[in-house]
Amino acid sequence: MVEWSDQERSIINSIFASLDYEDIGPKALSRCLIVYPWTQRYFGGFGNLYNAEAIKTNPMIAAHGIKVLHGLDRAVKNMDNIKATYAELSVMHSEKLHIDPDNFKLLADCLTIVIAAKMGTAFTADIQAAFQKFLSVVVNALGRQYH
Amino acid sequence: MSLNQTDKERVKAFWSKVAGRADAIGAESLARLIVVYPQTKTYFAHWKDVSPNSPNVKKHGKTVMGGVADAVTKIDDLKGGLLSLSELHAFTLRVDPANFKLLTHCILVVLAAQFPADFTPEVHVAMDKFLAAVARALAEKYR
Repeated sequence: MVEWSDQERSIINSIFASLDYEDIGPKALSRCLIVYPWTQRYFGGFGNLYNAEAIKTNPMIAAHGIKVLHGLDRAVKNMDNIKATYAELSVMHSEKLHIDPDNFKLLADCLTIVIAAKMGTAFTADIQAAFQKFLSVVVNALGRQYH
Repeated sequence: MSLNQTDKERVKAFWSKVAGRADAIGAESLARLIVVYPQTKTYFAHWKDVSPNSPNVKKHGKTVMGGVADAVTKIDDLKGGLLSLSELHAFTLRVDPANFKLLTHCILVVLAAQFPADFTPEVHVAMDKFLAAVARALAEKYR
């Protein structure tokens, strides 16, 4: 089981309490599609992804980014049992969506960078460490049910 | 995944904006590396003080970033231009190349935090590709 210090719990809760999902979600997903273009393979039905500008202004991608970001809410509410919390979602990502689990880390890295840009110097090394620990547990849980 | 002309132009343009703060960016990136990825401290066991704000970390961050700045000027031939640095990393330092990715990530986080408006997704991909190419050049002589 993952051990969380009081400070880590506080950091994670604080970040998500003040998170602007409608802003950060689209930015994180579109950045992932631009920085790691092979991730576009999962978005064949999402319209124009022809260049960075198209991706950034694509409303389907924006909506999906918000949805994915809200997917993290469950982990925030169940930090002591993220593995079990995401078992079903993991099966779905494997059996229905067929997403290579390596991609989860790519999105997590882009989300970290978008949050860093939003928080600026307030995104200290300790906060980065706690946030990345949280995301790595989520990424792990989402890849757990693949076989 | 080699650098095309657009990547190189983006890297050079962005670098000219951030070069003035290279020392601080280097210090901050290295500090984050040892806090976020504590296993990297194993390379600094010879320092008495490995805390993120220590003078050693600040000085070494500056050295590392100086290498990145140099790499920008040699962007058209990183393998050739970074040859001696590659030999240093391969034969003397022997830093596991996996750590280059970790430091790259920390540098990108610092750039995003300090230059949020300039560190657009387009600049991000160019810088990520560039730092990956630098890492490849540094690992050239490993085996």
